Amino acid sequence: MKAQTEQKIAISILFFCTFLVVVPVLIILIIISIKGAEALNLTFLLDMPRDGMTKGGIFPAILGTVYLVTGAILFAVPLGVLSAIYLVEYAKDTPLSRLIKLAIVNLAGVPSVVYGLFGLGIFVIFFGFGASILSGSLTLGIMILPVIITSAREALESVPKSFRIVSLSLGASKWQTIRHSVLPHAIPGILTGTILGLGRAAGETAPILFTVAAFYLPKLPQSIFDQTMALPYHLYVISTQVPGIPEHVRYGTALVLLLLVLLLNLGAIILRYQFRKKKKW
Amino acid sequence: MEHKIRKVKEFIIERIILLSGLASILFVLLIFIFLLKEGLSIFWKVPIADFLFAKNWYPISDPPQFGILPLILGSLFVTLGAALISIPIGIASALFIAEIAPPKLKEIMKAGIELLAAIPSVVIGFIGMMTLSPLIKDFFDLPTGLTALTGSITLAFMAMPTIVSIAEDAITAVPRSYREAAIAMGATKWQTTWRIVAYAAKPGMIAAVMLGIGRVIGETMAVMMVTGNAALIPYSFLQPVRTLTATIAAEMGETVQGGEHYSALFAIGIILFIITFIINGVADLYLNKTRK
Repeated sequence: MKAQTEQKIAISILFFCTFLVVVPVLIILIIISIKGAEALNLTFLLDMPRDGMTKGGIFPAILGTVYLVTGAILFAVPLGVLSAIYLVEYAKDTPLSRLIKLAIVNLAGVPSVVYGLFGLGIFVIFFGFGASILSGSLTLGIMILPVIITSAREALESVPKSFRIVSLSLGASKWQTIRHSVLPHAIPGILTGTILGLGRAAGETAPILFTVAAFYLPKLPQSIFDQTMALPYHLYVISTQVPGIPEHVRYGTALVLLLLVLLLNLGAIILRYQFRKKKKW
Repeated sequence: MEHKIRKVKEFIIERIILLSGLASILFVLLIFIFLLKEGLSIFWKVPIADFLFAKNWYPISDPPQFGILPLILGSLFVTLGAALISIPIGIASALFIAEIAPPKLKEIMKAGIELLAAIPSVVIGFIGMMTLSPLIKDFFDLPTGLTALTGSITLAFMAMPTIVSIAEDAITAVPRSYREAAIAMGATKWQTTWRIVAYAAKPGMIAAVMLGIGRVIGETMAVMMVTGNAALIPYSFLQPVRTLTATIAAEMGETVQGGEHYSALFAIGIILFIITFIINGVADLYLNKTRK
């Protein structure tokens, strides 16, 4: 009987620990939703900040984040998908392909602020793009590359070998096979990775600190060589750098950022779930 | 003719694919090269040993002092605290989710943990600053709630999703036959989970812990918002500290490009890059061990 009691106690402890991981997430969501909902209305979303950012809206920050994320995706998705195609369809198990995989792992582990330094060194200074949407997008793009490559790889690997063999046996070339028989089936997986990358890029602050983010701009950016405000940096600024910002504006900004990121992630989770359910092979 | 054009086209496409495949290596190299390019010059002025072990970080006084020991200790305190909290809780929840939770609950919890991982660090920092820090201030009766402890707790929540999801994968990958054999020998579910499954999943769990700690060391925004940012040698968890990452983020804006302070911050970047490179490389070795 002793083993049974031990089991009961142990499982209770495990359950309690899981509870400790999951419950704070709910508390965070609830606090931000309740306190932020006060601020949330169309003016808040679509107006410029006014009176030293204590009134008005956060439109330039939202727009800036949309620009940055779009730029990052335009850079990272084609490169990431091609890179995954190389690893899955072309590379054999050679030292080179192992080195590439190690590089991807390390790229995923580089601290975000180091990406910021890198972006500053290469794009802002070396290429002379200055602090601009272009520099920020490229920095974010390199940062999310591992996310895109990893999910594209999984998507390609889940396409059965027989699809390739049939296509090749009908006389299609290697590239035709990939293009017409493999890629179409990997699209949902690639899309999932893209959405996850979007969410990651939208929420990151450190990589854009020195490459693009502006404290406050009276007008919207006009070209990719302009600086821009961005949601995560704006939240940082109004919660630590500027005193006297009303609490509901801070929580409202946090809520908008959180909603944006969580909805993207939830979308990716649902898409992946549907895709797995539908898959017939 | 058409056949030839197609062949040329495919040749080009395949070259592009190969080049894209090499992109990751290129970027890792470029990151390292640019960190060295901007950061190494500080070591002509300040010997490496002084940079690492001198006790004063006064980058803007005259003459400036560039000793990063307080920052290293700041990172160490926060990381150690976060590890002590997140490792037991993370491993325990991974065991629960993988072995004990019914399938429906398992799916929901995995999704919840994925969402926790997705919350931007600036939002976690914001919540830590607004809710956790006042609690700590009142509970310990401190002049400020922005302390190493606040940072440790906040960062523990950022490490947990990494630890739980990777450890959970490792536990799930343990062959079914191990469990069946243990149960058939008369072991209870818990004995099987703890002595057989957890033991077999050990390399994966070590990797999970390392990657979680890697995330904590590199974390910037949340830690900058909740630790109070005092670049002093810490003696207790209830003091404000400043980490390596927060120093870069907080000070880069004030530096002159190419100046000593500027290159000192890049040199801190080099140190962070090397630390995370080693952690990720070793964790990857452990993960490959599990896959086999």
